[in-house]
Amino acid sequence: MNTLSSGGSLLFRPRPVFQRRRDQVFIWATRIAVFFSAFLLLWIALEIGIQSLPAIGRFGLSFFWNTTWDPVEGIYGAWPQIYGTLVTSLIALIVGVPFSFGISIFLSEDFLPKSLRLALIIVVELLAAIPSVVFGIWGLFVFIPFFRPVQMFLYENFNWLPIFSTPPVGPGMLTAGVVLGIMIIPIITAIAREVLVAVPPELRAAAYAMGATRWEAIFGVVLPAAIGGMLGAVVLGLGRALGETMAVAMLIGNARGIRVSLLAPASNIPALLANEFAEASDEQISALMYVALILLAITLLANIIAELMVRRVKFALTASRE
Amino acid sequence: MRPPFPGTPDSSEKSANLTVELETQGVSVYYGSHLAVKQVSLKIPKNHITAFIGPSGCGKSTLLRCFNRMNDLIPGARVEGSVIFHGKNIYDPDVDPAEVRRRVGLVFQKPNPFPKSIYDNIAFGPRVNGYQGDLDELVERTLRQAVLWDEVKDKLKMSGLSLSGGQQQRLCIARTLAIQPEVILMDEPCASLDPISTLRIEELLKELGRRYTIIIVTHNMQQAARVSDFTAFFNTEIDDEGLRYGRMVEFNRTEKIFNSPAHRETEEYVSGRFG
Ligand SMILES: Nc1ncnc2c1ncn2[C@@H]1O[C@H](COP(=O)(O)OP(=O)(O)OP(=O)(O)O)[C@@H](O)[C@H]1O
Ligand SMILES: [Mg+2]
Repeated sequence: MNTLSSGGSLLFRPRPVFQRRRDQVFIWATRIAVFFSAFLLLWIALEIGIQSLPAIGRFGLSFFWNTTWDPVEGIYGAWPQIYGTLVTSLIALIVGVPFSFGISIFLSEDFLPKSLRLALIIVVELLAAIPSVVFGIWGLFVFIPFFRPVQMFLYENFNWLPIFSTPPVGPGMLTAGVVLGIMIIPIITAIAREVLVAVPPELRAAAYAMGATRWEAIFGVVLPAAIGGMLGAVVLGLGRALGETMAVAMLIGNARGIRVSLLAPASNIPALLANEFAEASDEQISALMYVALILLAITLLANIIAELMVRRVKFALTASRE
Repeated sequence: MRPPFPGTPDSSEKSANLTVELETQGVSVYYGSHLAVKQVSLKIPKNHITAFIGPSGCGKSTLLRCFNRMNDLIPGARVEGSVIFHGKNIYDPDVDPAEVRRRVGLVFQKPNPFPKSIYDNIAFGPRVNGYQGDLDELVERTLRQAVLWDEVKDKLKMSGLSLSGGQQQRLCIARTLAIQPEVILMDEPCASLDPISTLRIEELLKELGRRYTIIIVTHNMQQAARVSDFTAFFNTEIDDEGLRYGRMVEFNRTEKIFNSPAHRETEEYVSGRFG
């Protein structure tokens, strides 16, 4: 008995040195990884910032609203590309999110036998593996002809709306946006479905036990519980839509100047960068770097806003003890 | 062998107007090919508390879920036999399970409030069931019934998850009361609660037992003895092929089950736990 009263030495064996070492190594390895990725981001941003300094000095903030991009005259303004980036991404979300949410809800419920469901999940995820350039080629040769009647319909019936005011030529912001929308379906679907599946089954059961139908359970309980994570999925999709380059460069038409009509050829930041970098000279490179910096800022901003949004929703959903 | 419906003419005045609320007729439940509960026939008296007791795994929860078709949600589960509620077999193909669940409420073993405000936790059921009356009034009334009102009346907008376990369980009870069911099923409602919360819930149960038909699963013999009017004892049995299944051994007034059970198994179980 006096082993018990003689202090802690017999009750608490010290942790083996080896175990402590292992933990230390692990902690440092993760720390280094975190610092490294933060450093990488900073480094890239800094490098782009430095390179764009001449352009920033010359055009200043007017770069944001100037609509002329003329390497011959040396006049640079990026508003058409910024506008094109925002519009194509918005179209991509409008097209992609309802499909993604629909598919993820469908695949997270037991509407289909398990094996079929699994097959469909894999198919949707494989969509993410299709290279961007293949989407571009598919867009040019399959989607544009297929989409033409829809564009004609919009032009013929809604040309009083500025956004449908020009006859469709094929490439344009609408075409690029819709293909982008298809491209972001897999990532949004995969994450949204995982979030939905992770909703505790007790919540679903509780909803049913209150006399809810399947749809009432989904819309009244499961979706509200999952919405934070699903918004996070949307943001990842948005991030991809904002930066997606190859397919968009092939489908947007690469026209200069601002176009209000979604049916007319236009441009956006990634397409501009992809098209001009190879043959750019000094000042043009600096202007392109400035544009790249803006794209980086937009993407970061979108992610930060989304992160805050997701947090707020999560906070509202989970315990909020005083 | 069907157990006698308790309350034959000899018993107390309370039994004089016993009516049957729910009746199972030869109910067996399978999970896939595994027989979990075999051939249960019993009659649940209206506006009384019936307790289900028995060792773990004997199928109490399984049988309880038959009364509001919650087994429908378990893939591979199959129910044989009939469950009669107001003269109608709730497993008939023309019966809407959502309607059954509205009229036969279930309180789960583990508190599972929705990740919504306290108010919306209660309001969810009435809303999906098209409640026409004053929702604020209903929320207050059910929270009062569940002895939770005083603790939460100033923070109805706060998440239901911010409550303590015992408060959450009372919230879940209030939520079930709010759909105004005729029957309340409770699966070990006090299993995760401290003794004080348990006592409060038991008081609530006794109070509710006068106006509702309640079936409660419990592992706590004292609790069954304290709150219930009738008790069904279940046990596991092993068939010739060595497979385990649950069956009902005995169903009677609670004092009979605890003081003079008809079967030796019952007596062993009941006294063992009291020991
Ligand atoms: N969802 C399920 N899928 C498959 N088998 C199940 C399922 N639920 C219960 N069972 C089986 O049915 C039998 C009865 O289980 P049940 O949960 O009804 O027992 P119980 O009497 O409630 O036990 P406890 O007192 O431990 O809660 C057990 O053999 C169990 O393994
Ligand atoms: Mg159980």
